[in-house]
Amino acid sequence: MSESYAIEAEGLVKVFGRTRALDGIDLQVGTGAILGMLGPNGAGKTTTVRVLTTLLRPDLGTARVAGFDVRTEAAQVRREIGLTGQYAALDESLTGRANLIMVGQLCRLSKKQARRRAAELLEEFDLAGAADRGVKTYSGGMRRRLDLAASLVARPSILFLDEPTTGLDPRSRVVTWDAVRALTATGTTVLLTTQHLDEADQLADSIVVVDHGRVIAEGTSAELKAKMGGERVLLTVAPESDLGAARDVLARIADGPPQLDPAARTVEAPVDGGARRMPEIVRELDAAGVLLDDLGIRRPSLDDVFLTLTGRAADDAAESEKEVA
Amino acid sequence: MTTMSLPTPAAAAEPMLLRAWWALKNSWVLARRSVARIAREPEQLSDVTIQPVIFVLLFTYVFGSAIHLAGGGSYHQFLISGMFGMTMAGTAPGTAVGLTTDMSTGLIDRFRSLPISRAAVLVGRTMSDLATQVLGLVVLVGAGLAVGWRMEHGIGDALLAAGLSLLIAFAMTWVGACAGMLLRSPETAQALGFIFFLPLSFVSNAFVPTQGMPAWLRDFANWNPLSAVAAACRNLFGGAVATPDAWPMQHPELAVLIWSVGLIAVFAPTAVYLYRRKVLR
Repeated sequence: MSESYAIEAEGLVKVFGRTRALDGIDLQVGTGAILGMLGPNGAGKTTTVRVLTTLLRPDLGTARVAGFDVRTEAAQVRREIGLTGQYAALDESLTGRANLIMVGQLCRLSKKQARRRAAELLEEFDLAGAADRGVKTYSGGMRRRLDLAASLVARPSILFLDEPTTGLDPRSRVVTWDAVRALTATGTTVLLTTQHLDEADQLADSIVVVDHGRVIAEGTSAELKAKMGGERVLLTVAPESDLGAARDVLARIADGPPQLDPAARTVEAPVDGGARRMPEIVRELDAAGVLLDDLGIRRPSLDDVFLTLTGRAADDAAESEKEVA
Repeated sequence: MTTMSLPTPAAAAEPMLLRAWWALKNSWVLARRSVARIAREPEQLSDVTIQPVIFVLLFTYVFGSAIHLAGGGSYHQFLISGMFGMTMAGTAPGTAVGLTTDMSTGLIDRFRSLPISRAAVLVGRTMSDLATQVLGLVVLVGAGLAVGWRMEHGIGDALLAAGLSLLIAFAMTWVGACAGMLLRSPETAQALGFIFFLPLSFVSNAFVPTQGMPAWLRDFANWNPLSAVAAACRNLFGGAVATPDAWPMQHPELAVLIWSVGLIAVFAPTAVYLYRRKVLR
């Protein structure tokens, strides 16, 4: 294994009873990079994080974090990492400040250092005003911010964020995103799990898509989208025009079969080099007498990627009828 | 699984002594955290503050009025030593509740992801529980003095009695720590604590002499560690009554010592093992 990766895992397997939570996960994260781990509930994201942070022992496979083996060198691993789990791991009865000071002292800061670090982080995470209130009185967003702050007390070189913004209000979400970006600017490596495609898109340098305990796709956001084919042209046909005529035009020009949504009066089709071919499309539509309300080029989103890879929408398996569309 | 007791070779990177020093320091930080927590929520202390006072008052004035000790000793003198047995040995449920609470909030996960000694979380908890027991002891002494109980044998014996009580209290917190590692929720810990400790408290010599009990129950009561604490306290504070033949009742101070050392020797390593195994699973 090479030393240039901050996190690398090979063939991680973890079985709980009859469930194979991890079924051979492979991962590499370069030093200072942000890896987004994308997948639906139960895909194995949290289990992966727990294995990599030494909270769980894998049944099979190896993983090294900061160059240390998570099985045999767990103590060293713990010295390098910070972890923010899915639920805020804080002492509810203590104040925000007391929580951070406690973590600092546990991480071998002196009392004075721990106090100073706590004050810094409270400021940074927009919690200075609530610092001396019990965590019990905090909103969900404040708790998550404090939790993130707690995982940064010891300035870890590698940070694990397990669904850091799930259930957060937009403001806390933005504060969290900004904090993550600021961290990587200082060279911190981040592994972030999320169900939100836009979050992975916004933050991650590279993305792995996991499902049923396996990595089913990996690459940069752009690479994954490229796998979906190129750009797509999206027409909204005016009520007085014929939807069928628009479809026939696109069927002739486009690089794939057009998809119709009669309710929204839209026709969509993949068109490679979309912008350059726009004039041609407009001319043909004009010639066929089709009137448009709207016309646009759309790049495939990670939602499309996920749908194509797993056969269901990222955040809701019940939406699987979309598959047909 | 075959990985049950894998050592962490990484830890060997640090000299043993330094490691022990940090383990102790971490435990201290965690113990202070539990105490700070109590300071913010004093109602958590009702186990060692309000409850003993209620028991003292109830037993002195309600039940005590109908209990006549053989030999004619005063009941409150008898009772307070029994209360020492009950309150001190009754620390286990509180420890179990505290630990299951921390686990259910995910706080223990945070601790486990930090570079701290695996024993620190448990040692910190048992240390803070011991601190609350010191408070319980003071409350009990105060309540006792108020109803007319006296330390008849001087300060030396009284301190010895207090020391023995705290020792068994510390031993019992390790029993609670084991339970806390095995149970799923604070509610279960609370309920089980009640189911185990109420009978354990009453099938003892804490409130009434054991001589009147049916033979099988009497044997249990005479060997109950709570009885040993109560009997030792009666010897040391004064208020002893006719002593049953059972060995622990003949040598209660030694019995408390043996019980305490034995419980710590069995339950402390087991608790640490269970804590570690939570990771290995």
